[in-house]
Amino acid sequence: MSTSISERPTVVAPSVRRGSVKVLGLLTFALVLVGLLSLALGSRYIPLGTVIDVLFHDDGSEAATIVHALRIPRTVLAITVGIALGVAGALMQGHTRNPLADPGLLGVEAGATCAVVIAIYSFGIDELSGYAWFALAGAGIASIAVFAIGSTRRGPDPVSLVLAGAAVSALLLAVTQAIVVRDADTLDSYRFWVVGSASGRSLDVFWQVLPFVLVGLLFAAMSTPGLNLLQLGDDVAASLGLTPWRQKALGIAAVMLLAGAAVAACGPIAFVGLVVPHVARRLGGVDYRWLIPYSALLGGLLVTGADIIGRLIVSPAELQVGIVMALIGGPAFVILVRRTRMVRI
Amino acid sequence: MATLHATPLRLGGLSWLVPVRAALVSLVGAGVLFFLVAIDLAVGDFPIPVGDVVRTLFGGGDEGQRFVVMELRLPQTAVAVTVGASLGLAGALTQTLARNPLASPDILGVTDGAAFGAVLVIVVAGGSGYGGGLVSGQLQEIGLPIAAFIGALGTALLLYLLSWRRGLDMQRLVLVGIGLGATLTAATAYLLVNARIQDAASAQVWLSGSLSARGWEHGRPVLITLAVLVPLSLLLIRSLNAMLLGDDAARGLGVRLQLTQLGVLIAAVGLTSVAVAAVGPLEFVALVVPQVALRLCGASRPPILASMVAGAVLVVGADVITRAVLPFALPAGIVTAAVGAPYLIWLLVRANRRRTA
Repeated sequence: MSTSISERPTVVAPSVRRGSVKVLGLLTFALVLVGLLSLALGSRYIPLGTVIDVLFHDDGSEAATIVHALRIPRTVLAITVGIALGVAGALMQGHTRNPLADPGLLGVEAGATCAVVIAIYSFGIDELSGYAWFALAGAGIASIAVFAIGSTRRGPDPVSLVLAGAAVSALLLAVTQAIVVRDADTLDSYRFWVVGSASGRSLDVFWQVLPFVLVGLLFAAMSTPGLNLLQLGDDVAASLGLTPWRQKALGIAAVMLLAGAAVAACGPIAFVGLVVPHVARRLGGVDYRWLIPYSALLGGLLVTGADIIGRLIVSPAELQVGIVMALIGGPAFVILVRRTRMVRI
Repeated sequence: MATLHATPLRLGGLSWLVPVRAALVSLVGAGVLFFLVAIDLAVGDFPIPVGDVVRTLFGGGDEGQRFVVMELRLPQTAVAVTVGASLGLAGALTQTLARNPLASPDILGVTDGAAFGAVLVIVVAGGSGYGGGLVSGQLQEIGLPIAAFIGALGTALLLYLLSWRRGLDMQRLVLVGIGLGATLTAATAYLLVNARIQDAASAQVWLSGSLSARGWEHGRPVLITLAVLVPLSLLLIRSLNAMLLGDDAARGLGVRLQLTQLGVLIAAVGLTSVAVAAVGPLEFVALVVPQVALRLCGASRPPILASMVAGAVLVVGADVITRAVLPFALPAGIVTAAVGAPYLIWLLVRANRRRTA
C-alpha cells in the first residue's frame, strides 16, 4: 500500500496556451504589412515601392495625392479603431466576466447613434466631423448613465452592469428608431452612418479621437494586471490586496473612452469587440497581460483587412467595413468556434 | 420568507413545492393583463365603455359592439397577448439554459434570420425593388411572415448543425449564434444600404416591430404554437432546475442532458420564430421580460409562468399606449422598449440601493 502512494500516476499537464513575444512580434509585423497594403490597394493600384517613396516625399504626383489625401486617413483610422475596439472588447469581457459582453453593451453605440440621429434630424448636420462630436458626447452620456445604474457602492456589479447597458441601449435605440421611422431624410443619412465605415473621413477626425484613445489605452494598461485577480471573484481579489471597485472603475472608464472614440470615428462597427477577444484567447490563453495586446493587434488587423476587402470586391464601388467584417468574419468565427476547444473565462 | 421563495405543500403522502411569490406575481400579473386587454379593446375611433367590453367578451353586448370588439379589435389584441407571452417564455427558457442573462433568442441569431428573410422579400421582391413588382400587394403581405418564419427556422437549423460536435455545448452554441447573427445582420444592412429609400423605409417599419392591422391570420399560428410548446416547457422545468446546478450535477441527478437541451431549444426557437413572423422583431421583450420577472419573483432563475404573463402585459400595454396615448403612429416595438427599459432600470437601481444600504 505504501509503495502505491509514492508511485503516483504521472499526470499529463494539459497544454496551456500562453502568450509569447514571438507571436506578438509576428502580429505587429502583420499589422504593418496590412497597413502598407491598405495604402497600396484600392480602385487604383499603386505599387508598394511607389507607396513607400511618396509616403516620405510628397512630390505632388497623382499617386502621392491619393496616398496622402485618401488612403492614409482611412488606414490610420481603421488601425486606431481596430485597436481601440479590440482592447475595449477584452476589457469588457474581463470586467463583466461574461463571454457575450461586447463594448456596445455599455450603451456606447446606442448613445452615439442616438446623438448622431438627433444631430441629423434637429440640427441638420451632415458632415462627418460634426457627427464625431455628437457621437462622442452621446457615447459618454449613455455610458455614464449605464455605469451609474449598474454600480453599487462597492463598484460596478457585472450582471447589473450588463443589464443596465442592455436597458439603456434599448431605450436609446427606441428614440433613434422613432425618429428614423418618421423621417425619411434622416433615415437616408443615418443608414450609411450606422453600418460603420472608415472611408470619406479626413485626418481631422483622427486627431479628434486620438486623445480619447490614448487615455483609454493608458487606463487599460493600468487596469490589466488586476484583471487577472478579479477573475477569481471580488472577495479573493480584495484579500490579495486589490481594491476591486477602483480596478473596475478604471477598466470600465477605459472601455467607454475606447469604444466611444471608435464609434465617433467610424460609426458603430459591431462584431470586432465581441469576437477579437475570443480569437486572442485561442492564440494567447487567458492571461489578460497577454490577452490585451493580442486583442489590440488582432483588432487592428481585422478592421484594416476588412476595409481593404471592402474596397476590392465590388471595385470601383465600395462595401462598408462594418458589413464586410460581419459578412466574412461571421462565418470565419463560426468555423473557428467549431474547430477548436472552448476556452472558458 | 424573503429568502424562501417556495413553500412545501403536503397532501397525505404527496408533497411538492409551491413557489408562493412567483404564483402571487403571476396572479397579479394576470389581473393587470385582463384589465389592459379590456382597455385595449375599449379604445379606438369608436370608444366603448370598459364595462360593455367585458360584457361583450362574455357573450353580452349589442350587435355593433360585438362587431367592433370581436371582429375588429380582438384579433390585434390577441396577437399582442400571445406574442408577448411567447417571447417572454422563449427568453426565460434560453436564459435558463445558457445560465446567462444575455442569452435571449435574439442573440442566438434567430431574430436576425427572420429579419433577413423579411427584408429580402421587401427589398428584392417589393413593388419598387429589383424584382420590379414581381411580388407585390397581396402576395407580399402573405409572403412577409412566411419569409420571416423560414429565415428564423433556417437559421435555427443551421445553428444546431454548426454547434453540434459530439454533443451540444451551450457556450459554443451561443458563440455560433452570435457569428450567424452578425453575418445575417450585415447581409440585412447590405440590402438596406443598396435599397431604394422607399423600400428601406418600409423595411425599417417592419424591423421596428409593428402590431397594427394584425388579424387572426397572424394570431392563429402563434396561438397554436403556444398550445403545443407551453406544455412542453412545463414538462422541462424539473430538468431545467437541475441543470442550474451545472451540467455534471444535472447528469448526476438523472437528467437526460442532450434531450432536455434539444427540447428547450425547439421550444424557444419555435416560439420566437412564430412570434417574429407575426409582428416583426420585438427584440427587447425576450431579453428583458425574464429579468424583470426574475426580480419581481425573487427566484433563482427566470420564472416560466411569470415571464409569460409579464411579456403579455408589456406588449399589450405597448399596444394600448400606441393606439390611445400617442398622438402619432409609432411601431409597437419602439414603445415596448420605451416602456420596458425604464422599468428594468428602476428595478436595477432599487436592487443596488438595497444591497448597499
